[in-house]
Amino acid sequence: MFFLLATLAVAAAVGMLVSRSPVASALWLVLNLFCVAGLYLTLNASFIGVIQILVYAGAIMVLFLFVIMLLNLSALPQLEDIQWTQVAAFAVGVVILAQLLYVTALGLDVPIEPVSAETAAEVGDARLLGKELFTRYALHVEVAAILLLAATVGAVMLAQRRFD
Amino acid sequence: METSFVSLLLTAGFAFLVINAMLVSASILVYAERRVSGFIQNRPGPNRVGPLGLLQPFADVFKFVLKEDIRPAASNLFIHSMAPVIMVVIAMSTAALIPFADGIVVADLNVGVLMLLALTSISVYGITLAGWSSNSKYSLLGGLRSAAQMVSYELSMGLAVISVVLVAGSLNFMDIVNDQASGGALLGWNVVRNPIGCLIFITTAFAETNRAPFDLPEAEQELVGGYHTEYSGMKFGMFFLAEYVNWFVASFFIVTLFFGGFLIPFQPQILSLVPALEGSTLLAILQFASLMLKVSFFVFVFIWVRWTFPRFKYNQLMTIGWKYLLPISLVNALVVAVGVYAFDLIGL
Repeated sequence: MFFLLATLAVAAAVGMLVSRSPVASALWLVLNLFCVAGLYLTLNASFIGVIQILVYAGAIMVLFLFVIMLLNLSALPQLEDIQWTQVAAFAVGVVILAQLLYVTALGLDVPIEPVSAETAAEVGDARLLGKELFTRYALHVEVAAILLLAATVGAVMLAQRRFD
Repeated sequence: METSFVSLLLTAGFAFLVINAMLVSASILVYAERRVSGFIQNRPGPNRVGPLGLLQPFADVFKFVLKEDIRPAASNLFIHSMAPVIMVVIAMSTAALIPFADGIVVADLNVGVLMLLALTSISVYGITLAGWSSNSKYSLLGGLRSAAQMVSYELSMGLAVISVVLVAGSLNFMDIVNDQASGGALLGWNVVRNPIGCLIFITTAFAETNRAPFDLPEAEQELVGGYHTEYSGMKFGMFFLAEYVNWFVASFFIVTLFFGGFLIPFQPQILSLVPALEGSTLLAILQFASLMLKVSFFVFVFIWVRWTFPRFKYNQLMTIGWKYLLPISLVNALVVAVGVYAFDLIGL
């Protein structure tokens, strides 16, 4: 299951980079997000998996798609064609980097702690997550909230200026 | 692992049953909608095909299947065919979350409520992609309208659902329904404890299912047909099917979240009078019957509203969504949260 989802996720990511049509790119990204959500589900983290779909696929990508469809695509600068030699060089580079990292990781000899399905499900539980977020990580949540508020105000300001 | 395999098979069988029930119910809804519309407009409605016109939906389906599947020449064929499939798959998946009676549900998820919101938020892809891939002005306008409308109303819907989650203290639909059994007979229903949330949820349910008066994505008078202008044959039939299933499922969730779900009215009292009923099959059947009765009422309300309110204009739609519903639902969620905290303090 993991390999199926992981392969599909990587393939979708590559598809997103390779496809020349913005809408197709966005759809590849949606597929990628679904695969990642599926990976969360196989890890028994159902809450995070569902939130992944709800927030990324359901809200953010819909907005992306909306904007892409509203844009006049022919007015955009034409994307240049893919240079396959560059892609091949990049792929070889990635493979070599992965091999190097793998060898280094083996040399570090980090023990992998086995996590039982029960603890994983417990960590992914909404109740526990909420409790942790609003006690131990309350400051982080507040900082993120203020950042988001500032971004919202900024977006409204920018939109207002165009209409004045 | 044998037991899990057997339970897996059982779940699959049950899911198969539910999907077929949904398919059949869609045809019943088509018939009901046309007949009730007829009565509301003081005309008979379809009454020629079969006794009382009961075979009309089957005739409709035959017509869909036999029609030619026309594909617009300059459209993206893969996405064009994908869009109706997405719609139907998502509509059917939401049906898996409905608790039909105590303990009887296809997918008893701990995050059931979030799953519902996630699925409704994804269903916008079907309409948007259908509109975009058809390569037609009317379809694109319909698709864009639906994307904007569903994104706007999802927020209020989410907040209304959150107020229910706050009251029940759980994201599981079964827990939410059982929580409404407390507090006496009908007073425990969330419509009593959270009336504003209930109104908001019903309104947004109309908007999310693209039913009148929120059916702007398929406004015939302005957009020819809306997002499905370029679809014919069974692909159009699939959009049709998805709309009816969505409508049916939305009625289920209105009942589940706010009208006691499968609970029989006065269930605690009845159980204390007849203790033998507790956990029996008869109780489950009664619960299912009471759920279906309540759902039928809301199905009727959907038709009723369609012929009572004229369609909103687009600016009115956005004004209602962002300037009225969203602030009201925000304040409502806050009030409910404070209320739950206060009731906890005085120990009710």
